[in-house]
Amino acid sequence: MQKTILKVVNEVGLHARPASEFVKLAAQFKASILVRNVTAGSQPVDAKSILSVLTLGVEQGHQIEISCEGEDEQQALEALQALVAADFNGKP
Amino acid sequence: MGTELRGIPAAPGLAKGAVARWDQPTLEIPSFVPLDARAEVQRLARARRSASSELQALAKRTAQQAGRSEAGVFEAQAMFLDDSALVGRAEDLILTGVNAEQAWQQASEHFAVQLEALPDETLRARSADVRDVARRVVENLLGVRSQFRLEAPAVLLARDLAPSQTAGLQRSMVLAFCTAEGGPTSHTAILAKAFGIPAVVGLGAALMEVAEGTPVLVDGTAGEVVVDPAPGALAGFERRMREDDERRAQEAGQAHLPAVTADGHRVEVVANVGGLEDAQAALENGAEGIGLLRTEFLFLNRDTPPDEATQTRAYEALFRVMGERPVVVRTLDIGGDKEVAYYDFGREANPFLGFRAIRISLERPEEFKVQLRALLRAGAGHDLRVMFPMVATLEEARRARALLEGEARGLKAAGEPCAQRFQVGIMVEIPSVALLAEAFASEVEFFSVGTNDLTQYTLAAERGNPRLAALSDACHPAVLLQIARVVEAAHARGKWVGVCGELAGDPQAIPLLVGLGVDELSMASASIPRAKSVVRGLTLPAARALAQRALALESAAAVREAVAAFS
Repeated sequence: MQKTILKVVNEVGLHARPASEFVKLAAQFKASILVRNVTAGSQPVDAKSILSVLTLGVEQGHQIEISCEGEDEQQALEALQALVAADFNGKP
Repeated sequence: MGTELRGIPAAPGLAKGAVARWDQPTLEIPSFVPLDARAEVQRLARARRSASSELQALAKRTAQQAGRSEAGVFEAQAMFLDDSALVGRAEDLILTGVNAEQAWQQASEHFAVQLEALPDETLRARSADVRDVARRVVENLLGVRSQFRLEAPAVLLARDLAPSQTAGLQRSMVLAFCTAEGGPTSHTAILAKAFGIPAVVGLGAALMEVAEGTPVLVDGTAGEVVVDPAPGALAGFERRMREDDERRAQEAGQAHLPAVTADGHRVEVVANVGGLEDAQAALENGAEGIGLLRTEFLFLNRDTPPDEATQTRAYEALFRVMGERPVVVRTLDIGGDKEVAYYDFGREANPFLGFRAIRISLERPEEFKVQLRALLRAGAGHDLRVMFPMVATLEEARRARALLEGEARGLKAAGEPCAQRFQVGIMVEIPSVALLAEAFASEVEFFSVGTNDLTQYTLAAERGNPRLAALSDACHPAVLLQIARVVEAAHARGKWVGVCGELAGDPQAIPLLVGLGVDELSMASASIPRAKSVVRGLTLPAARALAQRALALESAAAVREAVAAFS
């Protein structure tokens, strides 16, 4: 199990296109991936479910915790970390 | 006769026409215990696949009719169809003895309700998408279809409009949208803007009383609808529509002419641009140059900083488009909210007050010099003006300038192409610059006022914070006073001043800025035709008197009132 805490800096938080990018990327890995909104104190949800991610209510500046468990957990964590750090590859 | 309904402006413009109601029939969703739960799960899977094909087809057609971002709604909806949590929840329900229609409906409602409860209005609007998809899947399961067809151009009236309802609409048939529910970022608003027609949402339950065929007047700018207007009201509205169309046509027709006041004073009107396509659009709208070239587009979305050759090529392409027109380039303005993968700034409590923009550049001079050299190379033969963002101190201005001049000397000494003459300026975003304007005016050729940030730092009001919207008005006398100071100090030394924040494109603010002596207004391309027209309606003495009056007022609201009274 690998986990990390990251800050989401995108203007729209983890919503709309950034959320789609996040979920699409998570879906590429075999590992089970959970994400929770640390700032809002939410329960972890399935990072491969766009609806679950949207309802996390992650706004700009919120911190999220990503945890990955499974065969490619290391790659999954690194990839998602890079995506968040690169601000989801573009404007909101 | 003549009932006025008030709602939320969703898309600007005026329209009149007869109402075409869209009352979506309620779906009767049956409830039964499936004989074979596994087969029922398969039935759901087939309906989902069928819905997915429909959405793909809709996305394609919509992209042709209304553009790519509107079509994106259907792509987003298609994602819901395969959402692991939604599908899992529905399938679990089926396995407990619920039929597919009920299972999908209930599972969808579970998420729709959660989305509705979020504080973000855009997300609340997505709950409508979840329900739209649910309806499509359930209709597929039941083998029914609800259609809507317009026979003649009409004002479309509905409780709310979902993407799939409007996807089949022909642009030419819809004069305006009016909905009882919905907010400014709902699907109705987005589609109306894409279609270029007015829309008013959130008109309330009273809207649903309006009968099919009733004539209505729709003012999407004010957010008002007049139902069954009296002849006087109708005539008045028609006159406004004609004036609006004439005004827009006239502005467009004169957009390529210079902006000169009625008494012969010229104000330069240029564009804020974020890339090559922006620059081309700017010229089409009558831009006389670029007043703010944001260079971040080259630095974001990369794993490593762009090298000199990459930057040079990109800047060259832009300068070519602009020809001999002046181009004011802002050096890298990142940090805080704009992060890049290859710099780790760590966490800051206040990113807007943190390590960003020129502060980063001066701390990493080798990388800064790469950008400066690329600009100097690309600027050879063009009217290059370089400005530094977020300058707070004289030392920063001097150091940045020294680095730029050092690179120019280096290029020339090496016989490399280099801009022969270029101007150096700074953004006025931080109050310290306005307060020490006289000293700064000796260090630069020009200033460009970034009113958005200047307002933020002057009134200590976070940009984009909805609670502080009223505080963030750049028409506040405290901001105008700083602009006045900078203009006075600059002109005393033969330097020029531009404004590149949103204020420059605000028709209410333009008389003030011209009256304060601002030389150049830089704005989003779409605002240029209107801005030039506003300038042409001014005379300098009147504008100056207005500006002086404004400086003595006590609030942004008072200033805007004064401007309204002036025109």
